[in-house]
Amino acid sequence: MDRAATADRIAALIAPFNKKGVEISDASTFAGDFEFDSLTVMDFVAAIEDEFDIIISMNQQAEIETYGQLVDAVVKLKG
Amino acid sequence: MSDLFSKFDPLIQQREALLSTGVTDPFSLVMERVISPTVAVCNGRETILLGTYNYMGMTFDPDVIAAGKQALEDFGAGTTGSRVLNGTYAGHRAVEDALKEFYGMDHAMVFSTGYQANLGIISTIAGKGDYIVLDIDSHASIWDGCKMGDAEVVPFRHNDIEAMEKRLKRIPEGAGKLVVLEGVYSMLGDIAPLREMIAVAKANGAMVLVDEAHSMGFIGPNGRGVAEEQGVLDQVDFVIGTFSKSVGTVGGFCVSNHPKFEIMRLVCRPYVFTASLPPSVVATAATSIRKLMHGEAKRAHLWENSRTLHKGLKDLGFQLGTDEPQSAIISVIMPDLERGAAMWEALLHEGLYVNLARPPATPAGMTLLRCSLCAEHSAEQVQTIIGRFDRAGRIAGIL
Repeated sequence: MDRAATADRIAALIAPFNKKGVEISDASTFAGDFEFDSLTVMDFVAAIEDEFDIIISMNQQAEIETYGQLVDAVVKLKG
Repeated sequence: MSDLFSKFDPLIQQREALLSTGVTDPFSLVMERVISPTVAVCNGRETILLGTYNYMGMTFDPDVIAAGKQALEDFGAGTTGSRVLNGTYAGHRAVEDALKEFYGMDHAMVFSTGYQANLGIISTIAGKGDYIVLDIDSHASIWDGCKMGDAEVVPFRHNDIEAMEKRLKRIPEGAGKLVVLEGVYSMLGDIAPLREMIAVAKANGAMVLVDEAHSMGFIGPNGRGVAEEQGVLDQVDFVIGTFSKSVGTVGGFCVSNHPKFEIMRLVCRPYVFTASLPPSVVATAATSIRKLMHGEAKRAHLWENSRTLHKGLKDLGFQLGTDEPQSAIISVIMPDLERGAAMWEALLHEGLYVNLARPPATPAGMTLLRCSLCAEHSAEQVQTIIGRFDRAGRIAGIL
Protein backbone atom coordinates (compact mmCIF):
# COMPACT_ATOMS: atom_id res chain seq x y z
CA MET A 1 0.00 0.00 0.00
CA ASP A 2 1.05 3.58 -0.74
CA ARG A 3 2.82 5.08 2.29
CA ALA A 4 1.22 8.52 1.91
CA ALA A 5 -2.31 7.08 1.71
CA THR A 6 -1.64 4.90 4.76
CA ALA A 7 -0.25 7.89 6.66
CA ASP A 8 -3.41 9.89 5.85
CA ARG A 9 -5.66 7.15 7.20
CA ILE A 10 -3.58 6.83 10.38
CA ALA A 11 -3.60 10.62 10.84
CA ALA A 12 -7.40 10.54 10.80
CA LEU A 13 -7.42 7.70 13.35
CA ILE A 14 -5.04 9.34 15.79
CA ALA A 15 -7.00 12.62 15.95
CA PRO A 16 -9.45 11.53 18.70
CA PHE A 17 -6.53 10.18 20.77
CA ASN A 18 -4.39 13.29 20.29
CA LYS A 19 -6.07 15.13 23.14
CA LYS A 20 -3.19 17.57 23.63
CA GLY A 21 -3.29 18.53 19.96
CA VAL A 22 0.36 17.61 19.44
CA GLU A 23 1.64 18.47 15.99
CA ILE A 24 2.28 15.20 14.23
CA SER A 25 5.48 14.34 12.44
CA ASP A 26 7.22 11.06 11.66
CA ALA A 27 9.48 11.72 14.66
CA SER A 28 6.62 12.20 17.18
CA THR A 29 6.82 9.59 19.94
CA PHE A 30 3.77 7.93 21.47
CA ALA A 31 5.09 7.83 25.03
CA GLY A 32 6.87 11.19 25.03
CA ASP A 33 4.96 13.52 22.68
CA PHE A 34 1.45 12.06 22.72
CA GLU A 35 1.77 10.86 26.35
CA PHE A 36 -0.28 7.72 25.66
CA ASP A 37 -0.86 5.50 28.69
CA SER A 38 -1.22 1.74 28.30
CA LEU A 39 -5.01 1.83 27.95
CA THR A 40 -4.86 4.53 25.28
CA VAL A 41 -2.23 2.52 23.43
CA MET A 42 -4.55 -0.48 23.42
CA ASP A 43 -7.52 1.52 22.11
CA PHE A 44 -5.41 3.29 19.49
CA VAL A 45 -3.80 0.04 18.33
CA ALA A 46 -7.26 -1.56 18.16
CA ALA A 47 -8.47 1.31 15.95
CA ILE A 48 -5.52 0.84 13.59
CA GLU A 49 -5.97 -2.94 13.55
CA ASP A 50 -9.67 -2.63 12.73
CA GLU A 51 -9.07 -0.01 10.01
CA PHE A 52 -6.43 -2.08 8.21
CA ASP A 53 -7.58 -5.56 9.26
CA ILE A 54 -4.18 -6.45 10.68
CA ILE A 55 -2.69 -7.59 13.99
CA ILE A 56 0.02 -5.50 15.64
CA SER A 57 1.12 -7.80 18.46
CA MET A 58 2.63 -6.35 21.63
CA ASN A 59 5.96 -7.79 20.51
CA GLN A 60 5.72 -5.64 17.37
CA GLN A 61 4.45 -2.65 19.33
CA ALA A 62 7.59 -2.76 21.44
CA GLU A 63 9.58 -1.89 18.31
CA ILE A 64 7.32 1.04 17.41
CA GLU A 65 8.20 4.21 19.28
CA THR A 66 7.47 6.93 16.74
CA TYR A 67 4.63 7.86 14.44
CA GLY A 68 6.84 7.23 11.39
CA GLN A 69 7.70 3.74 12.61
CA LEU A 70 3.99 3.00 13.03
CA VAL A 71 3.22 4.07 9.44
CA ASP A 72 6.09 1.93 8.16
CA ALA A 73 4.91 -1.05 10.22
CA VAL A 74 1.34 -0.78 8.90
CA VAL A 75 2.57 -0.48 5.29
CA LYS A 76 4.70 -3.59 5.82
CA LEU A 77 1.91 -5.57 7.54
CA LYS A 78 -0.52 -4.75 4.73
CA GLY A 79 2.13 -6.08 2.31
CA MET B 1 28.32 5.30 36.64
CA SER B 2 24.62 5.69 35.93
CA ASP B 3 22.41 4.58 38.81
CA LEU B 4 20.24 1.67 37.71
CA PHE B 5 17.74 2.70 40.37
CA SER B 6 17.03 6.11 38.81
CA LYS B 7 14.14 4.56 36.83
CA PHE B 8 12.29 4.15 40.14
CA ASP B 9 12.57 7.83 41.05
CA PRO B 10 9.02 8.82 40.03
CA LEU B 11 7.57 6.07 42.23
CA ILE B 12 9.88 6.95 45.13
CA GLN B 13 8.79 10.58 44.87
CA GLN B 14 5.10 9.69 44.67
CA ARG B 15 5.44 7.51 47.80
CA GLU B 16 7.31 10.21 49.70
CA ALA B 17 4.69 12.80 48.80
CA LEU B 18 1.90 10.50 49.97
CA LEU B 19 3.61 9.55 53.25
CA SER B 20 4.54 13.19 53.98
CA THR B 21 0.81 13.88 54.43
CA GLY B 22 1.07 11.72 57.56
CA VAL B 23 -0.90 8.77 56.22
CA THR B 24 0.10 5.26 57.41
CA ASP B 25 2.07 3.38 54.75
CA PRO B 26 -0.49 0.97 53.31
CA PHE B 27 2.25 -1.37 52.10
CA SER B 28 4.03 -1.96 55.40
CA LEU B 29 1.23 -3.28 57.60
CA VAL B 30 2.26 -6.05 59.96
CA MET B 31 -0.22 -8.50 61.43
CA GLU B 32 1.16 -9.16 64.89
CA ARG B 33 -1.22 -11.97 65.69
CA VAL B 34 -3.80 -13.81 63.60
CA ILE B 35 -6.72 -14.90 65.75
CA SER B 36 -8.95 -16.54 63.14
CA PRO B 37 -9.59 -16.41 59.37
CA THR B 38 -11.44 -13.12 59.93
CA VAL B 39 -9.66 -11.39 62.84
CA ALA B 40 -6.04 -10.33 63.45
CA VAL B 41 -4.15 -7.87 65.63
CA CYS B 42 -2.66 -5.09 63.48
CA ASN B 43 -0.64 -2.28 65.12
CA GLY B 44 -1.93 -3.43 68.50
CA ARG B 45 -5.59 -3.19 67.44
CA GLU B 46 -7.99 -6.07 66.93
CA THR B 47 -8.97 -5.84 63.28
CA ILE B 48 -11.56 -7.52 61.09
CA LEU B 49 -9.85 -8.95 58.01
CA LEU B 50 -11.61 -8.07 54.78
CA GLY B 51 -8.75 -8.32 52.34
CA THR B 52 -7.23 -11.79 52.60
CA TYR B 53 -8.71 -13.90 49.73
CA ASN B 54 -9.32 -16.45 52.45
CA TYR B 55 -12.73 -17.05 50.87
CA MET B 56 -13.59 -20.36 52.52
CA GLY B 57 -11.83 -19.69 55.83
CA MET B 58 -9.75 -22.88 55.66
CA THR B 59 -6.59 -21.43 57.26
CA PHE B 60 -7.63 -22.49 60.78
CA ASP B 61 -9.70 -25.55 59.91
CA PRO B 62 -8.82 -28.16 62.60
CA ASP B 63 -8.49 -31.03 60.12
CA VAL B 64 -6.26 -28.93 57.87
CA ILE B 65 -4.01 -27.92 60.77
CA ALA B 66 -3.81 -31.51 62.04
CA ALA B 67 -2.80 -32.79 58.58
CA GLY B 68 -0.07 -30.18 58.35
CA LYS B 69 1.32 -31.00 61.80
CA GLN B 70 1.34 -34.71 61.04
CA ALA B 71 3.19 -34.19 57.73
CA LEU B 72 5.72 -31.94 59.44
CA GLU B 73 6.38 -34.75 61.96
CA ASP B 74 6.45 -37.54 59.39
CA PHE B 75 8.20 -35.93 56.42
CA GLY B 76 10.14 -32.98 57.84
CA ALA B 77 10.15 -29.26 57.21
CA GLY B 78 10.99 -29.21 53.51
CA THR B 79 11.86 -31.29 50.47
CA THR B 80 15.07 -29.40 49.57
CA GLY B 81 14.58 -30.41 45.97
CA SER B 82 12.82 -30.09 42.65
CA ARG B 83 9.82 -32.24 41.80
CA VAL B 84 11.83 -34.00 39.10
CA LEU B 85 14.72 -34.86 41.42
CA ASN B 86 14.22 -35.53 45.14
CA GLY B 87 11.22 -33.26 45.59
CA THR B 88 8.25 -35.56 44.92
CA TYR B 89 6.89 -37.02 48.16
CA ALA B 90 3.74 -39.04 48.74
CA GLY B 91 2.00 -35.78 49.69
CA HIS B 92 2.61 -34.21 46.28
CA ARG B 93 0.95 -37.16 44.58
CA ALA B 94 -1.88 -37.04 47.13
CA VAL B 95 -2.64 -33.37 46.52
CA GLU B 96 -2.56 -33.90 42.75
CA ASP B 97 -5.01 -36.79 43.18
CA ALA B 98 -7.25 -34.53 45.28
CA LEU B 99 -7.18 -31.89 42.51
CA LYS B 100 -8.01 -34.43 39.79
CA GLU B 101 -10.98 -35.54 41.85
CA PHE B 102 -12.06 -32.00 42.71
CA TYR B 103 -12.13 -30.93 39.05
CA GLY B 104 -13.00 -34.32 37.52
CA MET B 105 -9.98 -34.05 35.22
CA ASP B 106 -7.29 -36.48 34.10
CA HIS B 107 -4.15 -34.54 35.00
CA ALA B 108 -3.02 -32.22 37.75
CA MET B 109 0.34 -30.57 38.21
CA VAL B 110 1.26 -28.61 41.33
CA PHE B 111 3.58 -25.59 41.34
CA SER B 112 5.16 -23.79 44.25
CA THR B 113 2.90 -20.73 43.77
CA GLY B 114 -0.03 -19.69 41.61
CA TYR B 115 2.22 -17.12 39.97
CA GLN B 116 4.58 -19.89 38.87
CA ALA B 117 1.67 -21.96 37.53
CA ASN B 118 0.69 -19.21 35.09
CA LEU B 119 4.29 -18.31 34.36
CA GLY B 120 5.22 -21.93 33.67
CA ILE B 121 2.25 -23.19 31.71
CA ILE B 122 1.76 -20.13 29.49
CA SER B 123 5.44 -19.63 28.66
CA THR B 124 5.88 -23.33 27.90
CA ILE B 125 2.84 -24.10 25.76
CA ALA B 126 2.83 -20.90 23.66
CA GLY B 127 6.19 -20.60 21.91
CA LYS B 128 7.73 -18.82 18.97
CA GLY B 129 5.27 -18.37 16.12
CA ASP B 130 2.24 -19.09 18.34
CA TYR B 131 -0.28 -16.41 19.32
CA ILE B 132 -1.64 -15.62 22.77
CA VAL B 133 -4.91 -13.69 22.76
CA LEU B 134 -5.67 -12.35 26.23
CA ASP B 135 -7.82 -9.92 28.19
CA ILE B 136 -6.07 -6.58 28.86
CA ASP B 137 -6.98 -6.84 32.57
CA SER B 138 -5.13 -10.14 33.02
CA HIS B 139 -3.13 -10.78 36.19
CA ALA B 140 0.59 -9.94 36.27
CA SER B 141 1.50 -13.64 36.34
CA ILE B 142 -0.27 -14.12 32.98
CA TRP B 143 1.53 -11.15 31.43
CA ASP B 144 4.85 -12.37 32.77
CA GLY B 145 4.18 -15.84 31.36
CA CYS B 146 3.52 -14.23 27.97
CA LYS B 147 6.73 -12.24 28.19
CA MET B 148 8.81 -15.23 29.20
CA GLY B 149 7.62 -17.29 26.22
CA ASP B 150 8.29 -16.17 22.66
CA ALA B 151 4.71 -16.13 21.38
CA GLU B 152 3.09 -13.11 19.74
CA VAL B 153 0.96 -11.40 22.40
CA VAL B 154 -2.36 -9.87 21.34
CA PRO B 155 -4.52 -8.23 24.04
CA PHE B 156 -8.17 -7.22 23.72
CA ARG B 157 -10.43 -4.88 25.70
CA HIS B 158 -11.70 -6.34 28.97
CA ASN B 159 -14.47 -8.94 28.49
CA ASP B 160 -15.05 -7.71 24.90
CA ILE B 161 -16.15 -10.80 22.96
CA GLU B 162 -16.20 -9.06 19.57
CA ALA B 163 -12.71 -7.58 20.02
CA MET B 164 -11.42 -11.03 20.94
CA GLU B 165 -13.07 -12.62 17.91
CA LYS B 166 -11.68 -10.04 15.47
CA ARG B 167 -8.15 -10.67 16.70
CA LEU B 168 -8.51 -14.44 16.53
CA LYS B 169 -9.73 -14.22 12.94
CA ARG B 170 -6.71 -12.15 11.89
CA ILE B 171 -4.14 -14.66 13.14
CA PRO B 172 -2.26 -16.24 10.21
CA GLU B 173 -3.46 -19.64 9.02
CA GLY B 174 -1.76 -22.54 10.76
CA ALA B 175 -0.39 -20.62 13.75
CA GLY B 176 -1.00 -22.08 17.22
CA LYS B 177 -3.49 -20.07 19.28
CA LEU B 178 -3.98 -19.83 23.02
CA VAL B 179 -6.80 -17.76 24.52
CA VAL B 180 -6.14 -16.77 28.15
CA LEU B 181 -9.09 -15.72 30.33
CA GLU B 182 -9.87 -15.41 34.01
CA GLY B 183 -13.05 -16.57 35.74
CA VAL B 184 -13.11 -13.71 38.25
CA TYR B 185 -11.07 -10.57 37.62
CA SER B 186 -9.77 -9.73 41.06
CA MET B 187 -9.53 -5.95 40.82
CA LEU B 188 -13.23 -5.19 40.29
CA GLY B 189 -14.55 -8.63 41.27
CA ASP B 190 -16.38 -9.06 37.97
CA ILE B 191 -16.68 -12.35 36.12
CA ALA B 192 -16.05 -13.19 32.45
CA PRO B 193 -18.73 -14.30 29.96
CA LEU B 194 -16.82 -17.56 29.57
CA ARG B 195 -19.58 -19.44 27.76
CA GLU B 196 -19.62 -16.99 24.87
CA MET B 197 -15.88 -16.34 24.86
CA ILE B 198 -14.89 -20.00 24.93
CA ALA B 199 -17.36 -20.75 22.10
CA VAL B 200 -15.69 -18.06 19.98
CA ALA B 201 -12.20 -19.31 20.91
CA LYS B 202 -13.07 -22.89 19.96
CA ALA B 203 -14.78 -21.84 16.70
CA ASN B 204 -11.49 -20.19 15.77
CA GLY B 205 -9.34 -23.18 16.60
CA ALA B 206 -7.78 -21.85 19.79
CA MET B 207 -6.89 -23.73 22.96
CA VAL B 208 -8.28 -22.11 26.11
CA LEU B 209 -6.65 -21.48 29.47
CA VAL B 210 -8.78 -20.10 32.31
CA ASP B 211 -7.36 -18.80 35.57
CA GLU B 212 -9.91 -19.64 38.27
CA ALA B 213 -7.82 -18.43 41.23
CA HIS B 214 -10.61 -16.25 42.66
CA SER B 215 -13.52 -18.64 42.11
CA MET B 216 -12.31 -22.03 43.35
CA GLY B 217 -14.30 -23.41 46.22
CA PHE B 218 -17.45 -21.32 45.96
CA ILE B 219 -18.47 -20.53 42.34
CA GLY B 220 -20.12 -23.36 40.42
CA PRO B 221 -22.20 -26.29 41.73
CA ASN B 222 -19.02 -28.10 42.90
CA GLY B 223 -16.90 -25.00 43.50
CA ARG B 224 -14.89 -25.63 40.33
CA GLY B 225 -15.22 -22.04 39.19
CA VAL B 226 -16.92 -19.75 36.71
CA ALA B 227 -16.45 -22.17 33.78
CA GLU B 228 -18.38 -24.80 35.74
CA GLU B 229 -21.05 -22.27 36.73
CA GLN B 230 -21.56 -21.39 33.05
CA GLY B 231 -21.52 -25.04 31.95
CA VAL B 232 -18.35 -24.91 29.85
CA LEU B 233 -15.68 -26.48 32.04
CA ASP B 234 -15.39 -29.40 29.59
CA GLN B 235 -14.37 -26.90 26.89
CA VAL B 236 -11.47 -25.51 28.93
CA ASP B 237 -8.11 -27.04 28.00
CA PHE B 238 -6.20 -25.76 31.04
CA VAL B 239 -7.50 -24.53 34.39
CA ILE B 240 -4.99 -22.60 36.49
CA GLY B 241 -5.60 -22.28 40.20
CA THR B 242 -3.98 -21.55 43.51
CA PHE B 243 -3.82 -22.90 47.05
CA SER B 244 -3.36 -19.41 48.49
CA LYS B 245 -6.99 -18.34 48.35
CA SER B 246 -9.89 -20.71 49.12
CA VAL B 247 -7.56 -23.62 49.87
CA GLY B 248 -5.91 -21.53 52.60
CA THR B 249 -2.20 -22.28 52.18
CA VAL B 250 0.26 -21.62 49.34
CA GLY B 251 0.91 -23.24 45.95
CA GLY B 252 -0.43 -23.23 42.43
CA PHE B 253 -1.67 -25.79 39.96
CA CYS B 254 -2.85 -26.61 36.48
CA VAL B 255 -5.49 -29.27 35.75
CA SER B 256 -6.15 -30.53 32.24
CA ASN B 257 -7.56 -33.36 30.15
CA HIS B 258 -4.93 -32.94 27.44
CA PRO B 259 -3.66 -36.47 26.66
CA LYS B 260 -0.02 -35.33 26.49
CA PHE B 261 -0.19 -33.13 29.59
CA GLU B 262 2.34 -35.09 31.68
CA ILE B 263 5.22 -33.99 29.40
CA MET B 264 4.89 -30.58 31.10
CA ARG B 265 6.75 -32.04 34.08
CA LEU B 266 9.90 -32.26 31.98
CA VAL B 267 9.69 -29.12 29.85
CA CYS B 268 8.17 -26.48 32.12
CA ARG B 269 11.06 -24.57 33.65
CA PRO B 270 9.24 -22.87 36.58
CA TYR B 271 8.23 -26.42 37.60
CA VAL B 272 11.59 -28.09 37.06
CA PHE B 273 14.04 -25.52 38.36
CA THR B 274 12.60 -24.76 41.77
CA ALA B 275 12.10 -26.59 45.05
CA SER B 276 8.76 -28.32 45.55
CA LEU B 277 6.25 -27.34 48.21
CA PRO B 278 7.01 -28.50 51.79
CA PRO B 279 5.24 -31.67 52.97
CA SER B 280 3.15 -29.77 55.52
CA VAL B 281 1.87 -27.43 52.81
CA VAL B 282 0.77 -30.17 50.41
CA ALA B 283 -0.84 -32.07 53.30
CA THR B 284 -2.87 -29.03 54.37
CA ALA B 285 -3.79 -28.36 50.73
CA ALA B 286 -4.97 -31.91 50.07
CA THR B 287 -7.08 -31.97 53.24
CA SER B 288 -8.56 -28.57 52.46
CA ILE B 289 -9.40 -29.45 48.83
CA ARG B 290 -11.21 -32.60 49.91
CA LYS B 291 -13.22 -30.63 52.48
CA LEU B 292 -14.07 -27.99 49.85
CA MET B 293 -15.80 -30.73 47.84
CA HIS B 294 -18.47 -30.70 50.56
CA GLY B 295 -18.60 -26.98 51.25
CA GLU B 296 -22.20 -26.26 50.17
CA ALA B 297 -23.26 -24.63 53.44
CA LYS B 298 -20.18 -22.41 53.57
CA ARG B 299 -20.62 -21.43 49.92
CA ALA B 300 -24.20 -20.35 50.57
CA HIS B 301 -23.15 -18.26 53.56
CA LEU B 302 -20.31 -16.63 51.60
CA TRP B 303 -22.74 -15.59 48.86
CA GLU B 304 -25.08 -14.20 51.50
CA ASN B 305 -22.18 -12.16 52.93
CA SER B 306 -21.26 -10.89 49.47
CA ARG B 307 -24.83 -9.76 48.72
CA THR B 308 -25.24 -8.11 52.13
CA LEU B 309 -21.97 -6.16 51.92
CA HIS B 310 -22.58 -5.11 48.31
CA LYS B 311 -26.04 -3.79 49.14
CA GLY B 312 -24.87 -2.15 52.37
CA LEU B 313 -22.05 -0.24 50.69
CA LYS B 314 -24.19 0.69 47.70
CA ASP B 315 -26.93 2.03 50.00
CA LEU B 316 -24.34 4.13 51.85
CA GLY B 317 -23.48 5.77 48.53
CA PHE B 318 -20.13 4.20 47.68
CA GLN B 319 -19.26 3.63 44.04
CA LEU B 320 -18.68 -0.10 43.51
CA GLY B 321 -16.80 -2.08 40.85
CA THR B 322 -19.89 -4.05 39.80
CA ASP B 323 -23.61 -3.22 39.79
CA GLU B 324 -24.44 -6.60 41.29
CA PRO B 325 -22.22 -8.85 43.44
CA GLN B 326 -20.57 -11.33 41.05
CA SER B 327 -17.97 -12.91 43.33
CA ALA B 328 -16.63 -12.67 46.89
CA ILE B 329 -14.73 -9.51 45.94
CA ILE B 330 -16.49 -6.18 46.44
CA SER B 331 -14.42 -3.35 45.05
CA VAL B 332 -14.98 0.22 46.24
CA ILE B 333 -13.83 2.85 43.76
CA MET B 334 -11.96 5.80 45.29
CA PRO B 335 -11.80 9.25 43.68
CA ASP B 336 -7.96 9.31 43.74
CA LEU B 337 -4.92 7.79 45.44
CA GLU B 338 -4.71 10.45 48.17
CA ARG B 339 -8.31 10.05 49.32
CA GLY B 340 -8.09 6.28 48.81
CA ALA B 341 -5.10 6.12 51.17
CA ALA B 342 -6.92 8.37 53.67
CA MET B 343 -9.98 6.12 53.54
CA TRP B 344 -7.83 3.01 53.90
CA GLU B 345 -6.21 4.49 56.99
CA ALA B 346 -9.54 5.60 58.46
CA LEU B 347 -10.83 2.04 58.03
CA LEU B 348 -7.73 0.63 59.71
CA HIS B 349 -8.32 2.98 62.65
CA GLU B 350 -11.89 1.69 62.81
CA GLY B 351 -10.45 -1.84 62.99
CA LEU B 352 -11.04 -3.00 59.42
CA TYR B 353 -8.40 -4.22 56.99
CA VAL B 354 -9.06 -4.00 53.24
CA ASN B 355 -6.68 -3.95 50.24
CA LEU B 356 -5.63 -0.63 48.83
CA ALA B 357 -5.08 -1.27 45.11
CA ARG B 358 -3.54 1.30 42.80
CA PRO B 359 -2.09 1.57 39.31
CA PRO B 360 -0.48 -0.30 37.61
CA ALA B 361 -2.30 -3.22 39.30
CA THR B 362 -5.70 -1.64 38.68
CA PRO B 363 -7.54 -1.08 35.36
CA ALA B 364 -7.91 2.44 33.93
CA GLY B 365 -5.68 4.04 36.58
CA MET B 366 -8.26 3.53 39.33
CA THR B 367 -7.59 3.53 43.06
CA LEU B 368 -9.62 0.80 44.73
CA LEU B 369 -10.42 -0.41 48.20
CA ARG B 370 -10.85 -4.08 47.61
CA CYS B 371 -12.86 -6.18 50.02
CA SER B 372 -12.70 -9.96 49.90
CA LEU B 373 -15.26 -11.77 52.00
CA CYS B 374 -14.86 -15.00 53.88
CA ALA B 375 -17.39 -17.76 54.56
CA GLU B 376 -16.35 -17.42 58.22
CA HIS B 377 -17.44 -13.78 58.45
CA SER B 378 -20.56 -13.87 60.60
CA ALA B 379 -23.66 -11.91 59.61
CA GLU B 380 -22.92 -9.62 62.59
CA GLN B 381 -19.36 -8.99 61.39
CA VAL B 382 -20.69 -7.97 57.97
CA GLN B 383 -22.99 -5.43 59.65
CA THR B 384 -20.04 -4.16 61.73
CA ILE B 385 -18.02 -3.82 58.50
CA ILE B 386 -20.75 -1.72 56.88
CA GLY B 387 -20.88 0.52 59.98
CA ARG B 388 -17.11 1.02 59.88
CA PHE B 389 -17.26 1.94 56.18
CA ASP B 390 -19.93 4.50 57.01
CA ARG B 391 -17.83 6.19 59.72
CA ALA B 392 -14.54 6.01 57.80
CA GLY B 393 -16.23 7.32 54.65
CA ARG B 394 -17.34 10.44 56.55
CA ILE B 395 -13.93 10.93 58.20
CA ALA B 396 -12.11 10.62 54.86
CA GLY B 397 -14.63 12.84 53.10
CA ILE B 398 -15.68 10.19 50.59
CA LEU B 399 -19.33 10.12 51.63
